[in-house]
Amino acid sequence: MKRFLPWLITGLFAAWIAAALFPRSPREGFDIREFGQLPVLLNGRVQPLDSVARNSLLVMRGGQTVPVEHKTVLSGLPLVEAMFVGQEKASSNEWWVASRRMNATEWLMEVMMRPEQADTRRIFYVTHPELRSLLRLPEGGQKYFSFNDLRPGFDALEPQAKRVLGADGVEGIKPELRTPFEKQVAKLFSSLQLYLKLKNTLRPDTSDSFTAEIAAFRRAFPAGLIAVRHQQAGEDYDKGDFQRILALADLYQNLSKYTDVLVVPPPHPETSRDNWSNVGASLLATVPKGEVDPAVTYYAAMIDAYRQDRPADFNRTLAQYRQWLGQRLGPELTKGRHEFFFNEFGPFNKAIAIYIFALLLAAISWLNWSQWLNRTAFYLVILGFIVHTAGLVSRMILEGRPPVTNLYSSAIFIGWGAVLLGIVLERIYRDGIGLVTASTIGFLTLLIAHHLSLEGDTMEMLRAVLDTNFWLATHVVTVTIGYASTFVAGFLGILYILRGFFTRSLSEATAKALARMMYGIVCFATLFSFIGTVLGGIWADQSWGRFWGWDPKENGALIIVLWNATILHARWGGMIRERGLAAMTVFGNIVTSWSWFGVNMLGIGLHAYGFMDKALFWLVLFVCSQVALIALAAVPPRHWASFRAAAGVAAGPSPAGPFPGIRKPGPASAGA
Amino acid sequence: MVERIISFFTSLRLTVVCLCLAVLLVFIGTLAQVDEGLYQAQNRFFRSLLIYWSPAGSSWKIPVFPGGYLIGGVLLLNLIAAHLRRFKFSRKKIGILVVHSGLILLLLGQFMTDLFSTESGMRLTEGESKNYSESSLHNELAVINTSHPDHDRVVAIPESLLARPGEIQTAALPFVLRVKRYFPNSQVGLRAPMLATEPPPATVGAGTRLEVKPLPKVTDMDHRDLPSAVVEVLAGPKSLGTWLVSDWLDDPQSFTYDRQTYQLALRPVRYYQPFSLQLLKFSHDVYKGTEIPKDFSSRLRLRRPDTGEDREVLIYMNNPLRYAGETFYQASFDPKDPRVTILQVVHNPSWLTPYVSCGLVGAGLLIQFLTHLIGFAKQQTGRLKAAGRPGDARVPGRPAAKPVALAAAGASAVSSSIKRSRT
Repeated sequence: MKRFLPWLITGLFAAWIAAALFPRSPREGFDIREFGQLPVLLNGRVQPLDSVARNSLLVMRGGQTVPVEHKTVLSGLPLVEAMFVGQEKASSNEWWVASRRMNATEWLMEVMMRPEQADTRRIFYVTHPELRSLLRLPEGGQKYFSFNDLRPGFDALEPQAKRVLGADGVEGIKPELRTPFEKQVAKLFSSLQLYLKLKNTLRPDTSDSFTAEIAAFRRAFPAGLIAVRHQQAGEDYDKGDFQRILALADLYQNLSKYTDVLVVPPPHPETSRDNWSNVGASLLATVPKGEVDPAVTYYAAMIDAYRQDRPADFNRTLAQYRQWLGQRLGPELTKGRHEFFFNEFGPFNKAIAIYIFALLLAAISWLNWSQWLNRTAFYLVILGFIVHTAGLVSRMILEGRPPVTNLYSSAIFIGWGAVLLGIVLERIYRDGIGLVTASTIGFLTLLIAHHLSLEGDTMEMLRAVLDTNFWLATHVVTVTIGYASTFVAGFLGILYILRGFFTRSLSEATAKALARMMYGIVCFATLFSFIGTVLGGIWADQSWGRFWGWDPKENGALIIVLWNATILHARWGGMIRERGLAAMTVFGNIVTSWSWFGVNMLGIGLHAYGFMDKALFWLVLFVCSQVALIALAAVPPRHWASFRAAAGVAAGPSPAGPFPGIRKPGPASAGA
Repeated sequence: MVERIISFFTSLRLTVVCLCLAVLLVFIGTLAQVDEGLYQAQNRFFRSLLIYWSPAGSSWKIPVFPGGYLIGGVLLLNLIAAHLRRFKFSRKKIGILVVHSGLILLLLGQFMTDLFSTESGMRLTEGESKNYSESSLHNELAVINTSHPDHDRVVAIPESLLARPGEIQTAALPFVLRVKRYFPNSQVGLRAPMLATEPPPATVGAGTRLEVKPLPKVTDMDHRDLPSAVVEVLAGPKSLGTWLVSDWLDDPQSFTYDRQTYQLALRPVRYYQPFSLQLLKFSHDVYKGTEIPKDFSSRLRLRRPDTGEDREVLIYMNNPLRYAGETFYQASFDPKDPRVTILQVVHNPSWLTPYVSCGLVGAGLLIQFLTHLIGFAKQQTGRLKAAGRPGDARVPGRPAAKPVALAAAGASAVSSSIKRSRT
């Protein structure tokens, strides 16, 4: 039985993955999946509406779905309801809520086509007490509010937002100088603005039957134009025609200014593929010529069908639109479909789940040294790694870029590299250490990536200076591998300290194996961080005119190189042994996290592209934990659980350095 | 004694201590940039032998930490000394030797860059042509004799001389300049005669209608100082007048002395080139529907009278123009004027050293790892034959699988270094 269990468990996970790859479309109702694949232009890139929906929801709500009803599993019990209703969490793990959840596209359809309904969905996350009292929100556990809930507080919010964000000559407050209250004001105000943009993406949010309105606009235009001409020439004119055309032109003029989601494809894709526009601008451009862009007509028909609850008509128009689009913008349509599948599959969330499970199994296998658990964990890590790789590669194809282009993708890639290193270590040593390393770092980095994705679109276009695939593929990738391997070495150090201090499981052989792994990975890390840093200097020389400018991000990378070199030389000189090596690699974690996140918080320098604030708290916490571990490593070995038994035994040998003349380290370990 | 000094300078301990100090220095130097600004922090921490600390309210300067030059210098010495002392040519050490020579070249090259490189900027509006670039940090007081019909004679007085109160006398000028006041950074504005409490700073020129206030020096990278000075021109005992000179003033101020016309201007230090660049077209593209810059490019006309060169060049992001020892980069743009390009001009004789040293270190590490990899592969094969199991004895090993081709590079580097720890 135990021979088959590993395969069985891995097979179950693989089946779960496979099932997610082939989702079923519902037979009836609106074809949400097809609609979500429609390409639009936002943030300078073509993306499916589904991505617009997901990224907006992530920014506003911190999740990718919206609960529709708030029924608890134990509904009917007043106490339970009082405790849980409205206290939803951001993710879908609300075990007590038996509500149906809308997916992102479904929600976006509602926002764009039936905003009066969307205004009642609780999508705005407001927790800051002062902000809540400013908006006069009810006391209690409710954290998510609908647009209608917030509406009475708009008058109070606006002056605050103006002061913080700046408008009408007010300068605003720099992001790094804002108080927590001001940050929350800015965040909520931006969320509300984003929501209003989405509401006005396809039609004025006050519109009723959009097809009829467009037709009316077309009809009114010729007469209106005559009236305007007469009015300007100072002749008699039809006041009714004049007013009508002015009001409509005004309406669509406003609409064109409101949203930056460009849904109308370029009218002449063969000459300019970038020339997308929004519905308002398209109407203003085409109606004077006596026509309407077919895309606008299709969308108007879909809106009407949606509002009148005619799914069959909606789906038919949608299919016609996709066919029309396919003849003109085939690649864009395909890209929309691929990105939709990528979103829907959610490879990184799946990888997180697999890594957690693998970690559990590997940890248990340490407790009872069960071989089949260890093997299952190994297969699962491989499976997780495959899914992780698939996600990474899909992103690269969708973006047409090397793997790392921003902070988010650096987290994905660091995790990927660390898992790969962990697997290699496990292949060599087969003692579960590589598995625990791979699954833990894989899980943690993907978790960090998830939180970074709350900032918005993770596939945003690159600023001019970064727009070079050559340097992204060389410098960025190498330096990120340097980060990943330094973290792996640090994690091995943590394992050494925790296992040695708290358990008796760190036998002499394991300790030696761990030390060898740490040493090897530090060598690897030195190589990659050095080459990566110098390549970065060369890139800077190419684009800014100096190889080295002591910019914070450069300094961060330099510190990693210097620290890794310090570890190596201390080891070669026999100044540290196993315990010292472990402590120093753990300090490498601090150094790397500083370079990865800390320097971005300084808010200075050419490299400061992304500023974060919540992350600061976690960074400080992480650094404190690492300092505590180093302190633990400094405790003399006689107090360590693993060494107490063999008290008096020296911690371990060190390898020979590059210089044979140097003081000989402890007993040779050639026998190991 | 000599033996002790030698062993001190060749010891690995010294290397480790220096590396640790370097880590600390870089960290503190980065933090200091928040308050002091990039340029000042660089000078104080990295381009210095010692870092001084002055207790508040005192003029003492207490050295508290070694600066970049000291740490880098000692490391260099340590590295060279260790190699000289223990140099023994063997195939095993060739990699390390190459790595370290690459490092020596890198450190020396950066030191040379610090000493000999200059950075300046060139701001051009479409149609405009210039044969000089301007420093973004240093200023000079230019006294220009414009009396010759075909050329000007410029006497440039560096900022450091203006900073010292007193008289400036030079054989190149028939008069003496007395610096009455000097403001490294200032605010200049129109003087309101009814409200002003102080007399105007100058007796002649534009300064009679202006007022000037001192400002603290700026530290961030987005702004630059606006220096001003009040200068009296003395011909023997006779004063020709007192001028306010400032970077705020666009045009130089003229006066006549001994039938010669002179101009006074406090302006950024100029670096003249034997060629000129004329901006033909500046393009600044953004991604559709956003304000994210997609590309900047400047199309320029390069003209060099002495060689008769006259051609068009294009400078854009990540694609500078290297010409006659200078490098021109697309650096910035003017958000207020779409026709303006801002180029960065770098003169750095040792710009090639990082490229060479990167190649050396990369090759050295590769040699080192490959040498070990071969040894490890041999050992691994032997071990598999003997069916020995590595790792913890209590964990039964999985059946030995076939060698995985998985990530050959990663595996090889890891395993080779692991091998090294065993030898």
